[in-house]
Amino acid sequence: MHPTSRSSKWFAALETALPKIVVAPSFMVMVVFIYGFILWTLYLSMTRSSFLPSYDFVGLAQYAKLWRIERWGVAVRNLLIYGGLFIFFCTLFGLLLAIFLDQKIRIEGALRTVYLYPLALSFVVTGTAWKWLLNPGLGIERLVREWGWSTFTFDWLVTSEMSIYCVVIAAVWQSTGFVMAMFLAGLRGIDDAIIKAAQVDGASLPRIYHKIIIPSLRPVFFSTFIILMHIAIKSFDLVVVLTRGGPGYASDLPATFMYSYAFTRGRLALGAASAMMMFFMVMAVIVPYLYSELRRKQHA
Amino acid sequence: MPDTSRPSQREIAGRLLIYGVLLLFVLYFLLPLLVMVITSIKSMEEIRTGNLISLPRHPTIEPWIKAWSYATIGVTNEGIKGFFWNSIRMVIPAVLISTLIGALNGYVLAKWRFRGSDTFFAMLLLGCFIPFQVILLPMARTLGFLGLAESFWGLVLVHIIYGLAFTTLFFRNYYVAVPDELVKAARIDGAGFFRIFLRIMLPISKPIFMVTIIWQTTQIWNDFLFGVCFSTGATQPITVALNNLVNTSSSVKEYNVDMAGAIIAALPTLFVYFVAGKYFVRGLTAGAVKG
Repeated sequence: MHPTSRSSKWFAALETALPKIVVAPSFMVMVVFIYGFILWTLYLSMTRSSFLPSYDFVGLAQYAKLWRIERWGVAVRNLLIYGGLFIFFCTLFGLLLAIFLDQKIRIEGALRTVYLYPLALSFVVTGTAWKWLLNPGLGIERLVREWGWSTFTFDWLVTSEMSIYCVVIAAVWQSTGFVMAMFLAGLRGIDDAIIKAAQVDGASLPRIYHKIIIPSLRPVFFSTFIILMHIAIKSFDLVVVLTRGGPGYASDLPATFMYSYAFTRGRLALGAASAMMMFFMVMAVIVPYLYSELRRKQHA
Repeated sequence: MPDTSRPSQREIAGRLLIYGVLLLFVLYFLLPLLVMVITSIKSMEEIRTGNLISLPRHPTIEPWIKAWSYATIGVTNEGIKGFFWNSIRMVIPAVLISTLIGALNGYVLAKWRFRGSDTFFAMLLLGCFIPFQVILLPMARTLGFLGLAESFWGLVLVHIIYGLAFTTLFFRNYYVAVPDELVKAARIDGAGFFRIFLRIMLPISKPIFMVTIIWQTTQIWNDFLFGVCFSTGATQPITVALNNLVNTSSSVKEYNVDMAGAIIAALPTLFVYFVAGKYFVRGLTAGAVKG
């Protein structure tokens, strides 16, 4: 079969353009549905929109208003508390479990399976489970009272100052396994020879971990920190199910604030402004991280 | 640990401590599941008189039947079965389409790079991280514009669009490791773009297809944000229905039905985890880009 030179030229041109044609739809979708929409939200946040979008430009007035709303202040403060504790406990438990699991444990596979299964669950399921465990009347409180501590109270779920800590408990339960998996992968990547050499020098195991192994996990600490922070800023479902942001709005996070203002209270511009604030928070964390990751790969 | 001839007492104590802590965490992770199962087979009477871990004296599957087929959710009394099927019907096309497009994109970005493809990749990578709140309002308007507001296919479309960044990333990172020589040799032999994909790339892609499909399935099944924003009533996915079940303000709270509903909502992803856990964990750590 001999195609004419003209059609083969056409065919060759198509062949070179094919990769671009294949990714073009995805590229368009990304430009419109990610970057275009971000700009759209940014624009919306600078208008007077309330129930219906309006296109009167008001500059940064909505942001100024946002930061004067007490509920937003509570949401941001909660994010700091929740994010801080969530990252701290996930890292602590995750590292501990990874180190202990790395000691030639006989049933390691089974233990890992148990530690990781919460990750397969939806935050809605996790929230439902913990809502029941933390139920002030019938949950853990009742259990401990029946064990003999008759004055034991554990009613954080319905206490304004404490409800955000319930979110921390459930979120740590869900995400610790992930951190463990990250650290375990890091530990398995460390060269045994270094550890053997230190042991020959007479260093004890805890000392080896403290001085050599944990410091060498720095990159893992770094990525774990970034990912957990990212999870914390985006947290939404867990709060909705567990506390509904309450009592009142005591356990609101920026994501629940945004949903409430944009979708149930019909304050579009304020909702958009809070969404942009979340976007800036995430970018402040992610952009330097991705930049350093990409650079490291180029140099490697 | 070094293999010394005989363990000292200190070493034995150390081992005990390690196993003790590891088992304590087993308890911490398993207890909530155990409590859910126990609660789901108790009658409300036994729940009121017993405690979290007291075993049911008269186990009953009635709460499961009620959760599945006649519990009140929103305005209907038909349980979560309809929403369960909604999620299944939603997950299958959303996962398949986003995975296939991701495979082709990843193949191009790894093996057919062109001017601008690295920029595309960087933009896509950043797109993996955006908090979705920032696209919710425009997406709601756009779905309305397309006549897909609060529809089943609207939600599928949203999941495909925002899954693409991840599926592309997964495949791109996998295909980058395939030697370029393989592709070059095939090109010299006259194989074209699709032929190379079908004959060289696809046969070695089983692991990454597993990772991506499992990742997407759990992500989409477990999604709540898109479901709650872009669907109403009978088109809602199971996560939204479960939240409605648990957070209805009816006078009598039926915790056993809530727990049965939660377990039903968790079963598909738990099943996937237990049969393909290896790929699930690989998606978590190898991707490592996602929360």
